Amino acid sequence: MLPFTVIRLDHVSKTFPGSSAPAVGDLSFEIAEGEVACLVGPSGCGKTTTLRMINRLIEPTSGTITVAGRDITSVPAHELRRGIGYVIQQVGLFAHRTVADNIATVPKLLGWDKARAHRRTEELLDLVGLDQSLKDRYPSELSGGQQQRVGVARALAADPPVLLMDEPFGAVDPIVRLRLQDELKALQARLRKTIVFVTHDIDEAVRLGDRVVVLNVGGVLEQIASPADLLGAPSNEFVARFVGSERGIRRLSLINVKDIELDEPLGDGQPTISPDATLLDALQTLLRSGKHAANVDGSGSLSLERIAREVK
Amino acid sequence: MSWSWITAHLGDIASRTVEHLELTGIAIGLGFVLALALSILAIAKRRTYAPITWVAGVMYTIPSIALFALLVPVTGLSKTTAEVALVSYTLLILVRNIVAGIDGVPASVREAATAMGYTRWRMFFTVEIPLALPLVIAGLRIATVTTVGLVTLTALIGQGGYGAFILDGLQRFFNTPLFVGAILSVALAVALDVALVALERALMPWARRRAV
Repeated sequence: MLPFTVIRLDHVSKTFPGSSAPAVGDLSFEIAEGEVACLVGPSGCGKTTTLRMINRLIEPTSGTITVAGRDITSVPAHELRRGIGYVIQQVGLFAHRTVADNIATVPKLLGWDKARAHRRTEELLDLVGLDQSLKDRYPSELSGGQQQRVGVARALAADPPVLLMDEPFGAVDPIVRLRLQDELKALQARLRKTIVFVTHDIDEAVRLGDRVVVLNVGGVLEQIASPADLLGAPSNEFVARFVGSERGIRRLSLINVKDIELDEPLGDGQPTISPDATLLDALQTLLRSGKHAANVDGSGSLSLERIAREVK
Repeated sequence: MSWSWITAHLGDIASRTVEHLELTGIAIGLGFVLALALSILAIAKRRTYAPITWVAGVMYTIPSIALFALLVPVTGLSKTTAEVALVSYTLLILVRNIVAGIDGVPASVREAATAMGYTRWRMFFTVEIPLALPLVIAGLRIATVTTVGLVTLTALIGQGGYGAFILDGLQRFFNTPLFVGAILSVALAVALDVALVALERALMPWARRRAV
């Protein structure tokens, strides 16, 4: 077990009625407190089914799931769900309720008083970067990106420790998606939620995940690793193909200069690189300057060969 | 048209209007409650939907005069007879529209509501029904207009309403009460329809504002 395991799947499988093959077969893994775990894989890999078993939208055929050390079947499903945030691609906002009322959904289910729910709503609008003036709007009056922000705010309303997200940014355009991903990262840096994030996009998984869970068709676990490890050392042919041929270059954007062993400092006349830069930034600096190596502020130097070794 | 007949019968016109409204109101009220119950059954147990609409459909096709004839030996020349017939005519339209309205709620909304911890029936009354309102009210409008027309026939079993004027006119070959009954019946149907549109607008503030 991980030191602070929040979500634990133990030999979980799911076979839907009328289907001979399992959608998820004998899956076990753990997610630690404050971790973003991205479930990724091709369609039919059971990633959404796995996610939905955690809040019991789908009941497993066998196996057990615990959240915060408690078997999820030990409390009524609706009570369990009030403690787990849930965000989906289609958002599923209530068209008949204002933005404020949508956000206050779970607080209302939990019986918070009006003043407290109201304060929390204002807090959340700020948190997800929505103007307070949108409070009394209806969902149909918002843009897609704004709706998705309301969806995230609604999921966070009662401050649940766990957040489940099912391709939340799949329906917005690529530019908005990048911005929402950055916002989620910034949000997570402040909130330290335990997040399970389903996506079919390996780039998104690598950008957002502390760990990436790669699933194959039938809910078979192929690899669970940090993004850098996943791109650096795919455990098998399936994972290597899934993460793609540019995985080496992509990996450079995940490693900071200060995190690798550097060579001896060089003399003057070389470009300098910040230790906080990523290896991809360093590579760009070198290629642009036409030099073979660069000094890293105060600590050593970095050469093209050294970077190439990290590409793997 | 005899204007003197009209001026002499203003009191009657008022009381017939009250009778007509009462017969319509009870039929729509009871019909809606019954249709809601049947819709809940149909949604909870989908297999029951086809039989429910089949029975409601058969009732809908029975000519009202025939239905009165069938009921009078059981319930007499009473308001009960009138209402049983009137309510049975509202069921098909109301059940169909309520179920279609609930079915039209996007799956993602239902999924989100469930995942946030709604219980089934809380979701039904506070999420699904409000979102189904356009179709529910469309059903109520059709049922109401139809019922106002049908109520004119309840005069045949002595239940008053504008039908009493029409019947009077037919029996005496005297056009004025006949026209008055028919025109007022149409006017009442239109007025109630307009009232329901206003109700819809009042109940659905979110539909009045559109996307920016």
